[in-house]
Amino acid sequence: MDALLLEWDTVVAAFWMTVRLAAVSALGSLVLGTLLTAMRVAPLATLRRTATVYVAVARNTPLTLVLLFTGLGVGANLGVELSSDIATNNFWLACIGLTAYTAAFVCEALRSGINTVPVGQAEAARSLGLGFLQTLRLITLPQAFRAVVAPLGSILIALTKNTTIALVVGVSEASVRMREMIETYGDQVMQIFLGFAAGFVLLCLPMGLLFGWLSRRLAVAR
Amino acid sequence: MSYANLYETPGPRGERRNRVLAGVIALVLLALAYVIYVRFDAKEQWSAAKWTPFLRPEVWTTFILPGLAGTLAAAVAGVVLAGLFGLVFATARLSDHRWIRWPAAAVVEFFRAVPLLLLIFFAFFGSYVLIGVNVSAFTAVVFGLTFYNGSVIAEIIRAGVLSLPRGQAEAAHAIGLRKGQVMRLVLLPQAFRAMMPAVISQFVVLLKDSALGLIVGYDELVDRGLNGIAANFSNIIPAAILIAAIFIGINLSLDRLAHRLSRTKR
Repeated sequence: MDALLLEWDTVVAAFWMTVRLAAVSALGSLVLGTLLTAMRVAPLATLRRTATVYVAVARNTPLTLVLLFTGLGVGANLGVELSSDIATNNFWLACIGLTAYTAAFVCEALRSGINTVPVGQAEAARSLGLGFLQTLRLITLPQAFRAVVAPLGSILIALTKNTTIALVVGVSEASVRMREMIETYGDQVMQIFLGFAAGFVLLCLPMGLLFGWLSRRLAVAR
Repeated sequence: MSYANLYETPGPRGERRNRVLAGVIALVLLALAYVIYVRFDAKEQWSAAKWTPFLRPEVWTTFILPGLAGTLAAAVAGVVLAGLFGLVFATARLSDHRWIRWPAAAVVEFFRAVPLLLLIFFAFFGSYVLIGVNVSAFTAVVFGLTFYNGSVIAEIIRAGVLSLPRGQAEAAHAIGLRKGQVMRLVLLPQAFRAMMPAVISQFVVLLKDSALGLIVGYDELVDRGLNGIAANFSNIIPAAILIAAIFIGINLSLDRLAHRLSRTKR
């Protein structure tokens, strides 16, 4: 355990980075995912098709490639600079990549949530004179969200674990630190691995429990 | 699935408004595409010289095909081993004996919670200290893919067995089958069949995850594309687009297969 205790500050900093990446990307992908869902059920075929193609592309491309593309393509090639500080810039680029990827999964989950809302709900909304956006915002989406709390939780947990891949954009999070520590303290591989693994279990386990509880609490009684 | 019940069928005025809106949106999308086109164009990513390498046979034989072979080799090995791991641990978690059930549950939950990349790093950088041998990048990747995806598949199969009607197991016991036979001959085949779409979706995840091999220097498709082709022809964007297209093609066909299986079975 020496290595983990000696480098305690580094380990904590690494996991703090993981949490920040996950939190920012979770918020971003929730917003983008909701937007994509709205586009996929919209009356306009152009919007529907755009969203469908986006989801198919983002879902089926390896995250490693998505992040490399944001780092090398969007960052280095398009010259998008989000901060003059390289570390901050890489952080935001990683968030963009993670958001772009995760939003597709949020969209899929939400769309299956919309499928669980009985047809009569939207029909009743329309007969009250609500338009498409009003129906979606006031009637359909709130019920859809409550139906997919558990899948959204799984997506958030997957996202938290996926932040480890941000190392290809040059963000120093948990996986980078674990590799460095294994190289420095070669004799303590097992302890270091179990320590970092425990960190992720500690992050993901409460999330799973919380979302399980929330999904039961928020489920729409029908 | 159609979502047309979310809005009224537009009348003449709505039709007109929708046409205008569709036009505006198309313009915005085109403008966005144009901006991206121009920015990449400034870096000459669209110039013919950056795309023609894909027409040269040696680019395919030295980079793309070996890369694809690497990806598929890791994925196939991962699928086979993860399937076995899943089968064994699903059965173990369904065991009547607490001393089998609980350790199996602990193993499955642990590997489900640990990021795949940490597993790969553990195998790749830790193997020398732990077992005295430096494992190859291929072994490290397959190790990670097996344990992570195997534990997910174990959960899928377990859910499949639990979803079967109770009468199946009861009938099997009633005709005198032993516990192992009930599981092997009656429950698992049905569970596997019912869960095939979910299992195939997990294989898509596995195939995509094999791209992590690039981080430990395994010669798979993303590595050969971005570090091989792009390093030689400095055509990072064309290379990324081509590699993504190959992955999307494979995954969409797997998706379609899963979809078809979920329709025809039962």
